[in-house]
Amino acid sequence: MIAVVICMVTLSAFTMSTEDEGYSVGDIATDFKLENIDGKMVSLSDYEQAKGFIVVFTCNTCPYAVAYEDRIVALDKKYASKDYPVIAIMPNDTDVMPGDNMKAMQARAKAKGFTFPYLMDKGQKIYPQYGATKTPHVYVLEKTRKGNEVKYIGAIDDNYKDAAAVKTKYVENAVDALLSGKEVEQKETRAIGCSIKVK
Amino acid sequence: MKQFLVIIILVVFGCKNSNEVQPVEEIEPIESIETDLEIYDFEGLKPFLNQEDDKIHVVNFWATWCAPCVKELPYFETVNRNYADKNVEVLLVSLDFPRQYDTKLKPFLKKEQLNSKVICFDDIDQNTWIPAIDKDWSGAIPATLIYKNGKRKFYEGSFTMENLEAELKNFLN
Repeated sequence: MIAVVICMVTLSAFTMSTEDEGYSVGDIATDFKLENIDGKMVSLSDYEQAKGFIVVFTCNTCPYAVAYEDRIVALDKKYASKDYPVIAIMPNDTDVMPGDNMKAMQARAKAKGFTFPYLMDKGQKIYPQYGATKTPHVYVLEKTRKGNEVKYIGAIDDNYKDAAAVKTKYVENAVDALLSGKEVEQKETRAIGCSIKVK
Repeated sequence: MKQFLVIIILVVFGCKNSNEVQPVEEIEPIESIETDLEIYDFEGLKPFLNQEDDKIHVVNFWATWCAPCVKELPYFETVNRNYADKNVEVLLVSLDFPRQYDTKLKPFLKKEQLNSKVICFDDIDQNTWIPAIDKDWSGAIPATLIYKNGKRKFYEGSFTMENLEAELKNFLN
């Protein structure tokens, strides 16, 4: 009997803690000051003109993230000029994943022609606040009077394998809706990704 | 995809054995020997996640490209070996990319000689099946489902041998 009670307490504690982690749609996302691949520090508040942001937790070493690199570049090309720039954040511990260290990030950004900041979540303080669990993991934020409000959480689109076979472009739909002052229809989606690496 | 595979095999065998392109019918048995992978979509996977047979099923979602998944595979292998007499069955569900079945997954399986059953799961509709497998699963792997009849628990994250055995013990009574 005691074992059952302990088990139930443990279970409920586990459930509660997972619910507390990270943002839900409607929450205000924290700003940050993270180092970019060019050595400069980047914050959301630097973007005075921005109407919002496409924050992408991504990395070099995850095949899913790699599969989406070109599509992340395309998102920035399409939406930076509409004041919804891409901000990419690399959340992995680089001792665990040396392939995600600053040098490797610089090399990848250069090779793939990243047009957006590729920031290191040094000390891994930011991704847990957002509640990112994997790469790639996208948060679309809208700049409001209250702050940067989370409007969409999840995948970039519905086909990791083949960009040409995508049926629903989740992130584009969300940003398009926000740009035209509409409600985002699909606010959360799930996709497989690589767990964020910690020590 | 299958056609593609057949073409690849045709090419490979065509080169190795003879310059003649052999008819598909003759190639198929060779393909089945070469590709002993069981590949399922979500409809096909579902029965593996809902067996009511009094066994404890440990279902681990993994991929060869997922370093923490590969790291914990020996723990699942140990469980499969040491708890077989206690009605525990391990199923390793590979989320490897189909285009890497031949280049990554098969060589890995050949090298590791896993004693747990391995199946491949390939279904593009992730936004449907991820929450269907567990409502709180964000989609990160490794992830593991342990269930016995109606009782089930889902774990997103890595296991140590100790943690895995501790969780398993909750199902053993």
